[in-house]
Amino acid sequence: MIELDQVSIRSGSFGLTNVSLTIPEGTYAVMMGGTGQGKTTILEAICGLRPVTQGRILVNHLDVTQWKPAARGIGYVPQDLALFPTLTVRGHLEFALRLRRCSRKVIQDRVAELAHVLGIEALLERRVRGLSGGESQRVALGRALSFRPRVVILDEPLTALDETTRDRLCDLLRTIQKNEGLTILHVTHSRTEAQRLAEQLIVLKGGRLYERPLTELERPQGDGEPAADASWTLVERTES
Amino acid sequence: MNERPASSASPRPVAPQHRPGSDVPFFTVMGGLGGSYVLLIVAMLAADLAFTSPRHFTAALSKPEIQYAVRLTLISCTISAILSVWVATPLGYLLSRFSFRGRWLIDTIIDIPVVLPPLVIGLSLLILFHLPLGGSNLEEQVQKYLGVKITYAEPAVVLAQFAVACAFAVQTMRVTFDQIDTRAEQVALTLGCRRSQAFLQIALPQAWRGVVAALTIAWARSLGEFGPILVFAGATRMRTEVLSTTVFLELSVGQLEPAVAVSLLMVLAAMLVLGVVRLVGVKVAQ
Repeated sequence: MIELDQVSIRSGSFGLTNVSLTIPEGTYAVMMGGTGQGKTTILEAICGLRPVTQGRILVNHLDVTQWKPAARGIGYVPQDLALFPTLTVRGHLEFALRLRRCSRKVIQDRVAELAHVLGIEALLERRVRGLSGGESQRVALGRALSFRPRVVILDEPLTALDETTRDRLCDLLRTIQKNEGLTILHVTHSRTEAQRLAEQLIVLKGGRLYERPLTELERPQGDGEPAADASWTLVERTES
Repeated sequence: MNERPASSASPRPVAPQHRPGSDVPFFTVMGGLGGSYVLLIVAMLAADLAFTSPRHFTAALSKPEIQYAVRLTLISCTISAILSVWVATPLGYLLSRFSFRGRWLIDTIIDIPVVLPPLVIGLSLLILFHLPLGGSNLEEQVQKYLGVKITYAEPAVVLAQFAVACAFAVQTMRVTFDQIDTRAEQVALTLGCRRSQAFLQIALPQAWRGVVAALTIAWARSLGEFGPILVFAGATRMRTEVLSTTVFLELSVGQLEPAVAVSLLMVLAAMLVLGVVRLVGVKVAQ
């Protein structure tokens, strides 16, 4: 479960005020919105990488607003993936487990399981430099899932991929989410991606979050986020 | 108005055929300007080589004072370079990653040794260690508690070299960390890292080239240091004489040949160390 309760975030001259959102446990939520609206800022605030000036952030019913990123237990895949250039693929999958001082056996089993699910067994001993886009995305996803987080944040993880790879990864994401009962917040610009994945559709527009029915994605408006109209309702509670 | 049908004729060029011209003038000017500096260095070294002879080299190197100076130079430069990187790495990281109140002041303070005449650094060190403090001074306190003499002794050579070299190492490390994307460290934090773990396991391994560069620069600066050493450590033969002071001492008694021989020795030592460090750095980075 992810809940934003009237959260305000300020980043230089940019800011979001009184943003609220609830994503129920085990839901695959997709957030859409134009460039520069603040989608990444919201994701970073949830992960604890950006301080909030006001409001509360709850993850699995716990108020984590003042918690360090390490304590929040959120799997995060940033837009640029940010793989660790000095580690092998195996190193990426082992990283969070080593930090948690898991036994060698537990680490080996989890790495084998993840590598199998993600189809990256052949890449385990390779360094990340030279991996293809799709391979890199899988490694980043594996790294984020390695420590079995209950909440996963994905910031445009499938951009710059060809359609076939993107479709395959969409299926993979959906399967993993279903099997592990994860709560996922996935930011994308792609309507197709949203159609394939979303159980809950959230649109960020003009500094406000709107929850929209999934049928919105079926309107013939081309690719991109749904356009706002008068029928839209704010997700957030207004200040009383 | 008659409009020509689009498909009725072959398309006419919109402008006369463009001839880009030769790139030779570009490379001549750029190469000429840049090459003039390389030429100046090579000419200076060639003149030194032409002036001296293997006999002068042998004579200079057979002197026990110069042998001592070579040893002290290599040891002091290595210690000050390692100390510089040891200090510059955390400082460069903090300045690169965090904005805090008073950062501009720290930035300015760190740049002081870079812009100040080296002689002033030596003088300031001398004053720092001998400024009366409650009936004593820093020099006496260090001698009392650590049993080490600093001023006009070997530690003064290292400290004088470190005072200047570290500033250059900090600049290098800061630029190095500026060029490393912070995102990987942020992801490491979400995976469960403390700040220290993100630094040691993610940022530092990526900064290897910078560490090697900082080490090289600090070593080279230490080798070339003269003013602060002369003021703070003195130029006592077989005690605080390093190669740069040897050149000065030999010149001051009119011994031009050994001065040039030692200068060339310094050039050789610098090229050797810089070459080896860079080679090691490239291998490590690969």
